[in-house]
Amino acid sequence: MVKYRVLIGKPGLDGHDRGAKFIARLLRDEGFEVIYTGIRHSAEEIASVAVSEDVAAIGLSSLSGAHLKFFPDVVSELKSRDASDIRVLGGGVIPDEDIPILIESGVETIFTPGAPAADIVASFRKACEAHQKENEGNY
Amino acid sequence: MSNRAQKLLADIKNKNARAIGKAISIVENETELCDDLLIGLSESEMPQYLVLGITGNPGAGKSTLTDKIIAHYRKQNQRIGIIAIDPTSPISGGAILGDRIRMMQHATDSDVVIRSMATRGRLGGLCSCAGATVRIMAASGCNPIIIETVGVGQSEIDIVSLADISLLVSAPGLGDDIQAMKAGLLEVADLLVINKADLPGATALFRDLQMLAREKEREITKTIASTGEGVDKLIKQIELLEKDYNESSYILKKREASKKKEIIDWSLEMVRAKLEKNIEHFALTNSDPRLQAKDFIKQHLKDMQ
Ligand SMILES: Nc1nc2c(ncn2[C@@H]2O[C@H](COP(=O)(O)OP(=O)(O)OP(=O)(O)O)[C@@H](O)[C@H]2O)c(=O)[nH]1
Ligand SMILES: [Mg+2]
Repeated sequence: MVKYRVLIGKPGLDGHDRGAKFIARLLRDEGFEVIYTGIRHSAEEIASVAVSEDVAAIGLSSLSGAHLKFFPDVVSELKSRDASDIRVLGGGVIPDEDIPILIESGVETIFTPGAPAADIVASFRKACEAHQKENEGNY
Repeated sequence: MSNRAQKLLADIKNKNARAIGKAISIVENETELCDDLLIGLSESEMPQYLVLGITGNPGAGKSTLTDKIIAHYRKQNQRIGIIAIDPTSPISGGAILGDRIRMMQHATDSDVVIRSMATRGRLGGLCSCAGATVRIMAASGCNPIIIETVGVGQSEIDIVSLADISLLVSAPGLGDDIQAMKAGLLEVADLLVINKADLPGATALFRDLQMLAREKEREITKTIASTGEGVDKLIKQIELLEKDYNESSYILKKREASKKKEIIDWSLEMVRAKLEKNIEHFALTNSDPRLQAKDFIKQHLKDMQ
């Protein structure tokens, strides 16, 4: 079975990475290979790392309210690297009314605080499976 | 070579980050295109490259040191590759690969090719996959190529055998370093580094190591990776050693041994996959499993292609 590789990162300026670390460990315990990049990175950095590491999905966490800028920025940075097949998932403190905007911009799923761990894992797994299907036979 | 493999190889040589990333996954997962790609990575057409191994205790500062070594080579406009290896959890099969945290300043530099890799519990150790990754990076113009691996278990020894020059990094305050080194690593590492030279205990560690190192004629370099102090000196040592090894053709011998180790590692992986598949249909008897194993092998290894 192919191992799923995902990147967990924290764009933007706020320095709280508890949520991101929690997700990283959760996914590790479910058999994912998690590239963890730490905090305070630009969308450009995150997209660039995702390409080098050939991940299937990126999980972004934001608590600072900057999600409306950063999540779509990551999506478009991926696009400019010819890597739109890499799924973007987001979580954090995100008001309900922002969710459709983010989904519209190309983010696959948004998790809000209190989302059950099992749902989070299932979403990552689904994203990775879809990614793998899409890429079968490429190159 | 298929058209697809040819295209992939051409893209690798053009330093296309996407292609390099995908190629490494192809080798890691041993997917369909793997063998075809490897045909194209033959050593004879490869530019020259040096493989540096960096190993040592968890938390000794390997990634921070790697970050500073990257910066040094970038100043000289050299393209550099890094393979950062972390252990796979034996329970879940997953891994957190966090070495990149210390190297994020290079994240958008397209001439710094970093790949995080999990050990995935390979029977033959990590040489098989890391070796092919080295060649993918080399084909894209990386030189040197650094392999970082944590110095526990088998992986440290593997890395030493894969690298042209290996660095053993230790630091004060990490517990019983010296004991671990006596256990054989010191014998095989080419250079010894005491990192965190700013911390108390560094001098005592230096003294202890020096006694051991003298017997083996190994250089010890003190570094403070967090500030970069001592890194220039360390790189001088590496360059001296490289020159020395090249002139004495020691490097050729070393690479020959490393190739053989890689072949064994791949073989073990292939044999394992085959045996695990065939054991499903093996008719158990009452004899001891060791004796049955001999029969089992006789039946199933003959026809390995
Ligand atoms: N005081 C001091 N701290 C350092 C030095 N070098 C690294 N550190 C710190 O040591 C910690 C571990 O550094 P890493 O570079 O992640 O160590 P590592 O050996 O790669 O760790 P693993 O990959 O987890 O085994 C970090 O908090 C660094 O900031 C140093 O020279 N002096
Ligand atoms: Mg490290």
